[in-house]
Amino acid sequence: MSSTRALRQAASGTAETSRPAAREQAPTGAGATRSRPHEHAHKAAAFVANDARLHWHDQAIWFLRGKRDRVSSAVPDWEQLRSAGEQIKAHTLSRLAEYLEQFERNAIQLGARVHWAKDAEEHNRIVHGLLAERGVQRVVKSKSMLTEECHLNPYLEERGIEVVDTDLGERIVQLRREPPSHIVMPAVHLKKEEIGELFHQQLGSEEGLSDPKVLTEIARQHLRQKFLAAQATISGVNFAIAETGGFVVCTNEGNADLGTSLPPLHIACMGVEKVVPRLKDLAVFLRLLARSATGQPITSYTSHFLGPRRGAELHVVIVDHGRSGILRREEYRRSLHCIRCGACMNTCPVYRRSGGHSYGVTVPGPIGSVLAPHINPAAHSSLPFASTLCGSCSDVCPVKVDLHHQLLVWRGELGRAGLLPLSKRVASKLGGWILARTWAYRFFGRLGRWLLARVPRAVIYNRWNAWGRQRELPAPPRESFREIYRRRRGQ
Amino acid sequence: MASSREIILSALRSAAPTPLPIPEPRGIGARYPDLRQEFAKAVGEVGGRCVLLSAEGVLEEALSGFSEYSQAKRVASLVAGVDKANVDLADVKDPHELHDLDVCVLLGELGVAENGAVWIREGVAGNRAGWFLAQHMVLVLPGESIVHDLHQAYERIDAKSRGFGTFISGPSKTADIEQALVIGAQGPRSCTVLVIG
Repeated sequence: MSSTRALRQAASGTAETSRPAAREQAPTGAGATRSRPHEHAHKAAAFVANDARLHWHDQAIWFLRGKRDRVSSAVPDWEQLRSAGEQIKAHTLSRLAEYLEQFERNAIQLGARVHWAKDAEEHNRIVHGLLAERGVQRVVKSKSMLTEECHLNPYLEERGIEVVDTDLGERIVQLRREPPSHIVMPAVHLKKEEIGELFHQQLGSEEGLSDPKVLTEIARQHLRQKFLAAQATISGVNFAIAETGGFVVCTNEGNADLGTSLPPLHIACMGVEKVVPRLKDLAVFLRLLARSATGQPITSYTSHFLGPRRGAELHVVIVDHGRSGILRREEYRRSLHCIRCGACMNTCPVYRRSGGHSYGVTVPGPIGSVLAPHINPAAHSSLPFASTLCGSCSDVCPVKVDLHHQLLVWRGELGRAGLLPLSKRVASKLGGWILARTWAYRFFGRLGRWLLARVPRAVIYNRWNAWGRQRELPAPPRESFREIYRRRRGQ
Repeated sequence: MASSREIILSALRSAAPTPLPIPEPRGIGARYPDLRQEFAKAVGEVGGRCVLLSAEGVLEEALSGFSEYSQAKRVASLVAGVDKANVDLADVKDPHELHDLDVCVLLGELGVAENGAVWIREGVAGNRAGWFLAQHMVLVLPGESIVHDLHQAYERIDAKSRGFGTFISGPSKTADIEQALVIGAQGPRSCTVLVIG
């Protein structure tokens, strides 16, 4: 299988140009069994150690899922909308090059300039070039997961340009010098007291503040100064419309609007998958997006940019960075439907209990776990296992990405590429052998039930059994399902 | 050497699956018995304030009832009949001058009942910086312009010709700190929609 071969090549150390952190963490050998600091479980350990905080995080994220449920179930045509979203995305992907060319043509017609970047490096170079040519030193940025993915901020900062993230959550994590832990709520892992302390240290506010209203007001004053001082703005793109050459940016804070209405230069960065064919397609996606993300019927501001402001410049950077490779792989293609709502992470029992930083990638949760291995399979081989395969992610996805299925496909692929640790390889082999033989399945089932009830605690709860950590195993049943069934049928 | 554009487009072409027909979704959309009431309810739910007025003449009277208007020093209005208007957006050369605007009154072209959004387009008298820099936003909306949902909205609005247009649904808000909803993030601290007729 050519894909497996490609994976092996990537695993032998050629991939990953854009994530220095992940490269450092990549394993030295595919068979390493001890100390695998790049693994999800390893990175989650510190988060999981604080039990009270873990449950607080779990509940906070679950609250979002609840809001999404209430609001989406109030829309009678919700399932038809999801189908429409899925079909429009599938159609668009089947003619992506055409639609991008159409978008480019129309965008130029409106007065924008369009640039193309194969990868993160080229994207960063283009953006920096535009800023440097105009002598820009102060930039405001509204939320863009693509620029996070490309690590644009450090690139610009190293070259002497100040970049200020203007989404409140993003500004908070930027001041803490850490990546976002959620794609919609970047600072969802933090407590208000920690944010009060951060603002005290970094923005000079009073000590000991924790009222979200007061903290938001401090950030408001701080950020409005930054907006007024900015010489250029960078934004993401939620949807680019081939038919019009315009694009849409959605925010609740109005930060993209403040950012783009003041300075004379606007650079919008988009992945190739952001294009939709027609203006009317926006109705479908906008009705799905905010309801899935935060349980709002629509974001406060849904802004349509068609060409530059009078007296200003508009540049659009279209980025591939591995997306054409995903398009090529039929089993993973649908992950390009993603509209970055975050619903899959809000519902994920693993994300909620391990936190976004444990994934070690810009986009965490189920969608991040199917995207990251494309970029570097060796560094991210544990992510498809950071799932119970319960399927809830696929159920809530507004554009029907088959997330849990893709996670399963990745497991097989990573296994065939020799990228799994010995413990997983042995357990899978043994499990497969047992499950393929009825007699072995019955025998080991009975043996397990007998042993679990009798062996000393130390045999089960020790460092070699990951299933015994942080949890009590349920009491083993006396009978198997088969035995119960037999007995009842016999009555 | 091929340009990045050529490389990306040819990679996307060779990777693409068999072309699928363009879908024409049918049978989707929301329908409400009373558009004005539904719209007003939706505006309230997104953190805004909606007042249904019977005639345009009462605009100033309605505005005077709001403290953010009666106490405002700098008011810009793109709607006629706002007595306190003293900033002309069309006159402003540098949008940064609008940083201390208190109230901005705008004319909405269309309202959406399902989500309380109002469509506004930057016209000749643009300078949209004022819309977002103002401490408070007032949107004046003709009652007959309210539609059921976004599908209907996109059939009616002009979002194809050059310029800027936005759906505004409530005030600037955030829930980025422990998911506590705070009204007044970076943009307007309030959003009042006056539905006329």
